[in-house]
Amino acid sequence: MSTGNASNGQHYIAVQQADFDVAHEYAELRKDNRSDGAVVFFTGLVREMNQGAQVSGLTLEHYPGMTEKALQQIVADASTRWPVNRVRLIHRVGTLAISDQIVFVGVSSSHREAAFDACYYIMDYLKNRAPFWKKEVTSQGERWVEALDKDKQALDKWQ
Amino acid sequence: MNILFFAALREQLGCAHCDIDLPLPASLATVRAALIQHFPQQAERLAAGRALTAINQTLINDEDTPINSGDEVAFFPPVTGG
Repeated sequence: MSTGNASNGQHYIAVQQADFDVAHEYAELRKDNRSDGAVVFFTGLVREMNQGAQVSGLTLEHYPGMTEKALQQIVADASTRWPVNRVRLIHRVGTLAISDQIVFVGVSSSHREAAFDACYYIMDYLKNRAPFWKKEVTSQGERWVEALDKDKQALDKWQ
Repeated sequence: MNILFFAALREQLGCAHCDIDLPLPASLATVRAALIQHFPQQAERLAAGRALTAINQTLINDEDTPINSGDEVAFFPPVTGG
């Protein structure tokens, strides 16, 4: 597994094995920031029940190089669509346990509407376009997580 | 040409990449057909609409897209991050 970091203007994008600290990410969105009245963030966690089986952990695989490129494109598209100021996007790879953090998306903007929408948009597109794959360890053995139609349909609201 | 595989598809094909003998440039449809000929048992998994394709690390939906010598081509299952 590789670790990649990229910053694009005020945006920060990272693919990493290491955990992240939400308080630190929130502080970075606020630091020396006098223009924004809203910060919205989302974290995704490993849960113990998925697609009908008891999960004890998972491994996240990705496509190094393409992953960073795909995330940068999604953040760039969100920045074009809404007046967002700062975006921080972190996605973990490697082996994770139940309740571990997987992903962080934080967006700051002058007003809440743009921050809510951009955060939601980034997660919806990440779910469909960023090359990550989860392999779960379940009571019945290891299995690759199946992509869900609902994640694909989630993009309809942004058309 | 060299083709990369990821995740479940890599495990089902039994390799992380393979070399396909094919004159380039060729359309994505032609490359996909050659790949299916190389792995006939996995034809269904490699079909358009099942396996996603990236050319030079960008997702491509149009099967007519040309692939040139030196392009990085990857096939993989629908993504499940987040």
